[in-house]
Amino acid sequence: MRDFSYVRADSIEAARKATALPGAMLLAGGTTLVDLAKCGVAQPETVVDITHLKGLDTISVDAGRATLGALAKMSHVADHAGIKSHFPAVSEALWQAASAQLRNMATVGGNLMQRTRCPYFRDPSNFSACNKREPGSGCSAIGGVTRGHAVLGTSQACIAMYPGDLATALVAFDATVHLGQRVLKVDDFFLLPGDTPEREHDIRAGEMITAIEIPGSAAARRSTYLKVRDRQSYEFAAASAAVGLELEADGRTIRDLRVALGGVATKPWRARAVEEALKGKVLDEDTVRKASGLAMEGAVDHGANHYKIELAPRVVARAILKLGETA
Amino acid sequence: MTVHNIRHANTRHADSRHGDASDGAVGGRLSRVDGPAKITGAAKYAFEQQLDGLAHAVMVEATIAAGTVRAIDTRAAETAPGVLLVLTPDTIMEIKGASDWLGNPPTQKTYSPLARTVTYSGQHIAAVVAETFEQAVAAAALVEVSYDETPAIVDLSDAKAGDGIPIDVMTKEWGDAEAAFAAAPVRICAAYNTQREYQAAMEPHGLIARWQGEELTIWEPSQWLDGMARTYAEWFGVPFENVRLVSPYIGGGFGSKALALAHSAVAAASAKMLGRPVKLVLTRPQNFTSYGGRAATRQTVTIGAGRDGKIQSIVHRGVNETAVDGMWVEPLASVTSIMYATPNFSSKQNVVRVNTVVPGAKRAPGENPSAFGIECAIDELAYEVGVDPLEIRLRNYAEQDPEAKKAWSTRQLREAFAAGAERFGWSKRSPKPRSMRDGHQLIGWGVAAGTYPVRRAYGEAIVRILADGSVEVESSSIDMGQGTYTILAQTAAETVGVPADDVVVKLGDSRFPRAGVAGGSRLAGVMTGAVYKAATSALDQFVGLAISDPRSPFHALQANTLVVANGRITAPRGDGPDVSIAELLASVGRDRIEATGDTMPANSSAEDRYKNYTTIATSVPHTEGDYSRHSWCAHFIEVRVDEDFGTVRVSRVVSALDSGRLYNPKLAESQWKGGIIMGIGQALLEEGIVDRRHGRIVNNNLADYLVPTNADIPDIEVISVGIPDLHSSVLGGKGVGELAIVGVAPAIANAVFHATGKRVRDLPITLEKLI
Ligand SMILES: Cc1cc2nc3c(=O)[nH]c(=O)nc-3n(C[C@H](O)[C@H](O)[C@H](O)COP(=O)(O)OP(=O)(O)OC[C@H]3O[C@@H](n4cnc5c(N)ncnc54)[C@H](O)[C@@H]3O)c2cc1C
Ligand code: SF4
Repeated sequence: MRDFSYVRADSIEAARKATALPGAMLLAGGTTLVDLAKCGVAQPETVVDITHLKGLDTISVDAGRATLGALAKMSHVADHAGIKSHFPAVSEALWQAASAQLRNMATVGGNLMQRTRCPYFRDPSNFSACNKREPGSGCSAIGGVTRGHAVLGTSQACIAMYPGDLATALVAFDATVHLGQRVLKVDDFFLLPGDTPEREHDIRAGEMITAIEIPGSAAARRSTYLKVRDRQSYEFAAASAAVGLELEADGRTIRDLRVALGGVATKPWRARAVEEALKGKVLDEDTVRKASGLAMEGAVDHGANHYKIELAPRVVARAILKLGETA
Repeated sequence: MTVHNIRHANTRHADSRHGDASDGAVGGRLSRVDGPAKITGAAKYAFEQQLDGLAHAVMVEATIAAGTVRAIDTRAAETAPGVLLVLTPDTIMEIKGASDWLGNPPTQKTYSPLARTVTYSGQHIAAVVAETFEQAVAAAALVEVSYDETPAIVDLSDAKAGDGIPIDVMTKEWGDAEAAFAAAPVRICAAYNTQREYQAAMEPHGLIARWQGEELTIWEPSQWLDGMARTYAEWFGVPFENVRLVSPYIGGGFGSKALALAHSAVAAASAKMLGRPVKLVLTRPQNFTSYGGRAATRQTVTIGAGRDGKIQSIVHRGVNETAVDGMWVEPLASVTSIMYATPNFSSKQNVVRVNTVVPGAKRAPGENPSAFGIECAIDELAYEVGVDPLEIRLRNYAEQDPEAKKAWSTRQLREAFAAGAERFGWSKRSPKPRSMRDGHQLIGWGVAAGTYPVRRAYGEAIVRILADGSVEVESSSIDMGQGTYTILAQTAAETVGVPADDVVVKLGDSRFPRAGVAGGSRLAGVMTGAVYKAATSALDQFVGLAISDPRSPFHALQANTLVVANGRITAPRGDGPDVSIAELLASVGRDRIEATGDTMPANSSAEDRYKNYTTIATSVPHTEGDYSRHSWCAHFIEVRVDEDFGTVRVSRVVSALDSGRLYNPKLAESQWKGGIIMGIGQALLEEGIVDRRHGRIVNNNLADYLVPTNADIPDIEVISVGIPDLHSSVLGGKGVGELAIVGVAPAIANAVFHATGKRVRDLPITLEKLI
């Protein structure tokens, strides 16, 4: 870790200004930033501490919407009664993320900004080629250890998987992220790697995340987050699905369906093909399993991550079926 | 040096639930006496020493797996802020070669802990010492290394690896195994693989080294103070007595902390070169490359049997990886050759050199992978002949050691099978694979046995009876969480006749009476024996004084002996004075009684003794004399496998274990459970993943190298079926720590087969192997 200067922001305005300083990085819970600084990936020149900003950690929920301040802790959001009743998928995604200690430190703003777990990205002294870290340097992962890499949304330049759970639930329910002046859909906030994998978010100098807003819906109220992994806890997803379901009055026909995938794509991945295929259909196991296969349209594997192509549709199907059972 | 005195752990007295006085005797369930110090943070670990003038060292590692270092450019690092010293193979002081852990003399006159020839990625090639840790890290990043790279052999499956080197001493043969196999009506043959695994102790490796003239003090977590002190003494050409190793607490070792390593030499050398104490703590990634984990292994197990499942022949071939510049043999037939009765047997083993750090000991080296082979293979045989997996084990029960052809000292394995099966409800098992389920979860029940030899060595201890009536024990042995402090307090308390609360145990300082390695589950047997002897002779002296000293209140009694119990001394029939130990010592004008005891053969020379404590050459073979001595266990495990996801969760474990007499059942149960948990990790999660182009482990951190979390572990029930085994140790215990991991992975693999009908022979059993 190299020396840096430390600034404690006393207002949102000051923090946003400070982000324009050369090599400036915001410090929230620090669970990503400190980790990446230790492995030599993050080399901030100025660390702008936003943890003392007042009012940025509020959580407000009603049937119409949830608003999460950027500094709200993962654990507080997960445990919030309103979130649990109106947005269970969001609460469950957070409960299954990281560990209790990390959730108590980490903020939801920082969570959206977490970086990939690609081991090559995280080890600059041994792997100099990484387009995400050093544009144009190549990609060490392609041809290497790829068990955890993405099968959707990849490019020639980068196949790194987006590892977060919260954002997967957010894109399912059309959440937006507030950046000061601009408000973006979370789906648009995250960028595909394309030729510029170093750009992961649509965020500009002088901007910071101030809040996340999730519109309420019947599908959000009847929602779940299913996360599959080798270890029961404290591991990123092998594949996960955030699913919300609304049935017609007959209790069997699907009126609205939201499906997003985690653990398999380069960004939180909305699976609209699955949604469209099932809307208006009667919910039954065969139909659901068949339609869930559409989630993998366009998937490309790199050897060891092939299993994700098999696994993800099953996760989607099981999540939908589970919601179908809970009348 | 650390002191554990239960009297100061005031929580004990506040807690009414702490059991009765018998907890403090040998065999009692006394809680860990070092527990309160650890929980309150009072326990000071090696890296927490505060020393004046402490400088900080960090290592620079090779980023290639094979080749030579062409040049190291240290100019930028040398001028970086705070830098005191930059060490390369050219600038580090001369260090002498040291003998190995068996005591074999060094092959080279000098030893360079910094490599010019690189044989694995992560090998140490330079070091930076600075005023602060952060300055050292920053400067280390400025060291520029250029290499001439050569092709590396990355692992056992590398095409360049070849068949390896035959290890003839591993060959075991009786009968005619090949012919008997060819003639057998039922034949099975399969290959089983275990991966590179790491000890992953919470506390990383590292040390603080301080020179005062020619005297070296090292604070370093250590499973073997005297062995490591010898290495330092030889490296730096000073007398053994000049090196003091201090290691009162160890944050997990699991076999990895018994040797002084390259980084240890660098820290001690830089302290000497600078004339300042130096601290060096390896980063988590460096903990995956600075010393070896368990070697990856491959085995084929071939069994020829009758239609009744009775084994007629076992042919076993094994391979383990070792380093290009170091030899590690993981004895792969150690369980294969003794678990089942067979008239014909053949086993051979090779090792294959690959570009890795020398593999090392991880819980039950040898027995652990060995059991994975034979205990899966016999399960396959059970299905082949249609016999229950438990029944087939009983049908092939070895009534004596099939290899040594000697009687077992004790073997409560049949009792273990019976007790485990009963508690588990094995009789309710539906025999067909894939025949038990709960919703989407396929349920499987598996069984496997395990064993570990009783390794014996000698130890030394001092026991003092002090003026205040308390008893003090000193030994250079260690407690890495297994409970040495506690059981030695119990041993001294019972032997002298005082409450355990009145015993102070001091461990972890090489100035104390000596002890061999804490490895191979030998320490408890060795040290309870030594303390028992020292305490007995202290007691004899004490009673002798009470009888014979004219100032003693017992003098007039003219008794032959006296009773010491609960801190008081009385006549055998209670017809005389009743005084406390303190009062008696006061009456005879003594401030202490002190006795040293050891378990070495009488008339051992000073040289024998030195060798015993500083090498492992003198451990006593487990088949010495008329008996073959082993601990035994049987694991019954239930798994749930998700039919869609292939995820395996262990939902129930019942294990019955024979460790002989338990000095403290509570601590033994904890160790068994720890072994079982580690076995669950090995079966389902743990695997060092190598980038085959770079020969480098890429999951070298605790987020990516997965060990089980609490959520992965169900309630584990352990049952002791042991009986005292006086052929194994002075007080009748066998081994505890290594045993319980042996057999867990095959029990899980067997359960997974029962659940799914899929035989996974390649650990770990990750989800993609089942979907
Ligand atoms: C071992 C481990 C396991 C984990 N497992 C999971 C998991 O299973 N699932 C999961 O979802 N996550 C997981 N995480 C990631 C964890 O959730 C994130 O590290 C955490 O949410 C980041 O939040 P923070 O407040 O600590 O961010 P920080 O580390 O403070 O910041 C992270 C990044 O965001 C930037 N930033 C912070 N706040 C703002 C803001 N308001 N506006 C703009 N930029 C900002 C910072 O500059 C920095 O670049 C894991 C992390 C670790 C270390
Ligand atoms: S996958 Fe992306 S992050 Fe990983 S090495 Fe390639 S470019 Fe870098």
